[in-house]
Amino acid sequence: MQHTLIAKMENKPGVLNRIASLFRRRSYNIESLNVGHTENPLISRMTIVMGGTDVDTKIVESNLYKLVNVIDVQNVTQQPSVSRDLALIKVAAAPERRSEIASLADIFRARIVDVAPDSVIVEITGTEEKIEGLLELLRPIGILEMVRTGQVAMLRGKADSSSKDSLDG
Amino acid sequence: MKKTGAEIFWECMIKEGVEVVFGYPGGVLVPLLDTMLNYPIHHVLVRHEQGAAHAADGYARASGKVGVAIGTSGPGATNLVTGIATAMMDSSPIVCITGQVSAPFVGKDAFQEVDITGITLPITKHNYLVTRAGEIAGVVREAFYIARSGRPGPVLIDLCKNAMLEETEFIYPDEISLPGYHPPIEPSQDALKSAAKLIAEAKRPLILAGHGVLMSGAMNELREYVEKTQTPVTMTLLGLGSFPASNIYSLGMMGMHGEAYANNAIQNADLIIGMGMRFDDRVTGNLRTYAPRARKIHIDIDAAEIQKNVIVDLAILGDLKTVLGDLLPLLEPQQHEEWMDQISEWRSETEKRDILYHEKEENLLAAHVIRDFWEYTKGNAIVATGVGQHQMWTAQYYHFDKPNTFITSGGMGTMGFGLPASVGAWFAHKDKEIWLVDGDGSFQMTQMELATIVQEGANIKILIMNNHFLGMVRQWQELFHDRRYAATVISGPDFVKLADAHGIPGRRVTKNEEVLPALEFAHQTPGPVLIDFHVEREDVVYPMVPAGADLDNMLRRPLRQEKNHPTKGKK
Repeated sequence: MQHTLIAKMENKPGVLNRIASLFRRRSYNIESLNVGHTENPLISRMTIVMGGTDVDTKIVESNLYKLVNVIDVQNVTQQPSVSRDLALIKVAAAPERRSEIASLADIFRARIVDVAPDSVIVEITGTEEKIEGLLELLRPIGILEMVRTGQVAMLRGKADSSSKDSLDG
Repeated sequence: MKKTGAEIFWECMIKEGVEVVFGYPGGVLVPLLDTMLNYPIHHVLVRHEQGAAHAADGYARASGKVGVAIGTSGPGATNLVTGIATAMMDSSPIVCITGQVSAPFVGKDAFQEVDITGITLPITKHNYLVTRAGEIAGVVREAFYIARSGRPGPVLIDLCKNAMLEETEFIYPDEISLPGYHPPIEPSQDALKSAAKLIAEAKRPLILAGHGVLMSGAMNELREYVEKTQTPVTMTLLGLGSFPASNIYSLGMMGMHGEAYANNAIQNADLIIGMGMRFDDRVTGNLRTYAPRARKIHIDIDAAEIQKNVIVDLAILGDLKTVLGDLLPLLEPQQHEEWMDQISEWRSETEKRDILYHEKEENLLAAHVIRDFWEYTKGNAIVATGVGQHQMWTAQYYHFDKPNTFITSGGMGTMGFGLPASVGAWFAHKDKEIWLVDGDGSFQMTQMELATIVQEGANIKILIMNNHFLGMVRQWQELFHDRRYAATVISGPDFVKLADAHGIPGRRVTKNEEVLPALEFAHQTPGPVLIDFHVEREDVVYPMVPAGADLDNMLRRPLRQEKNHPTKGKK
């Protein structure tokens, strides 16, 4: 089963390495990993999607907490949360197929963000299933290249204050 | 006032109470060591950086304070690695300082540059790369705090040469800001109440005491617990000394080479309470059949240990001393006569098999030597060991009554730990003698530290159990590989001559009647002494739970004539 963890950590050099090393050392597999700044520049936020049992996830969680730079870890798998993936998909598109691609993109609320003589780039944001859905329809047309961000996730409801309280600035 | 980074470094060391550091110099360390001469710090020159890390570790284990090791960049840093991993596995608080090339050269494959923070990332509790003088005070303060608090462990500071030389304002931070690090946990009241209920219901309870009892300083609380509830205690290798071996409720060591009655007790208990231990594979055997009749409580300070190896019914997170202090008032006095009778029965059966009941033979047996050593020192010595058969025999036959007197590498099983660790232990107790029980293989791994103990005048009494084999591996070959002794026959120098070359008095012992006089000689001779005991070559440590076997499926010493060992004391 897939689990989604949100970890907040001090924005310091080497922290990503510490987290990656933890997963490698204990032989857990990262399905996707996304790192970026938060509203507080001293804190980074990581969304980790991992496979494994509930017990595995608990052990990973406690090991993440053991890292001195990790401030907070939440397992949001079972909690009401919003999670999104972004994909850029370069599709082979002779001029006569552009409108077909455009209308598929429309249905998925995706956008065409670049048009070249024989290809277009489609940008889509959404859940993994939604992106998979669009990919399935674009595949017969011809996918030339694709890049995905991996999941980012956030709990629904009131703001989580942990990152504001725990660091000044 | 402005100070150089090197000055700031030593100022911080003084503030942390450091008096002694174990190290080896090198190019980038020159400015740091030069400045050291202006401070009341004693630098012990080891002969290999691995020895510096083990000595810092031995110092930490014997004193309860943070040990400090220093190595230069490159090979100096990588030589520390085995010692750091050893400290990590056994939760020993040490701070390792490595020199690093100047910040502008980092990442350029400069002379003697190595990515030591990268290398030690999985074997340190935390590590730092310091590129500017202004970072030093904060980092040193944090490093010592992290090393000794919570579940202790090694912290490494990689100090760039330019940071030692730069001048900056020295501001000692009053407070530590580590937003992600909150070690002291108040135990959950609900968990304590649930524990009290499980304990009240138990008819055959058993305490499994680990290193955490010693690290937390919970020896008195543990004793009080045992007195109130009459619960027997068995210990892990590193837990030895946390509860007096001479107490009737002590079952000695558990696990692979533990007492048979301790392992039987685990497999038949209806409640086991793990205190500051981590259910390592060397104490559990086959996890699927481990303690099948027992409900399980696990008390530990490290949440990542809970449910890692053994699935427990109840976990209490917290510092053991606090947890037991809070738990004791919730417990009613109990009696467990039937359970203790059962254990006594197992114990008397075990004693018949014990090698100590075997008549002394022509050949010396290491177990007999260690038993004699225990009696000679009345169980009061501080004892360090290497790793192997001699280590297990020491654990079995030196009955530790006092805490923090057994300095041994558990989790990592690092051969060569003994000699440098005893150097560290001596600096923690300079008024005492430190006894090292070592094997001929283990000793040869770090025997260059003989020169260190001579230079320091360290009062270390070295007892080598010399069987001309790598005995523990040979034992596995004998038992599981048809005695095919691949790569385990080991020669060695004449250890007495080796000692003599260092100016250390030595003696060789080959007969039983020479044992006590040799111990007396070691004790009476001031300073270091080496005794080379030529013991039975193919002896086996019993009992033994084969790796992965059920805990009560032990290989036992074959029964021989039951005669009393002439010097046998009370068990």
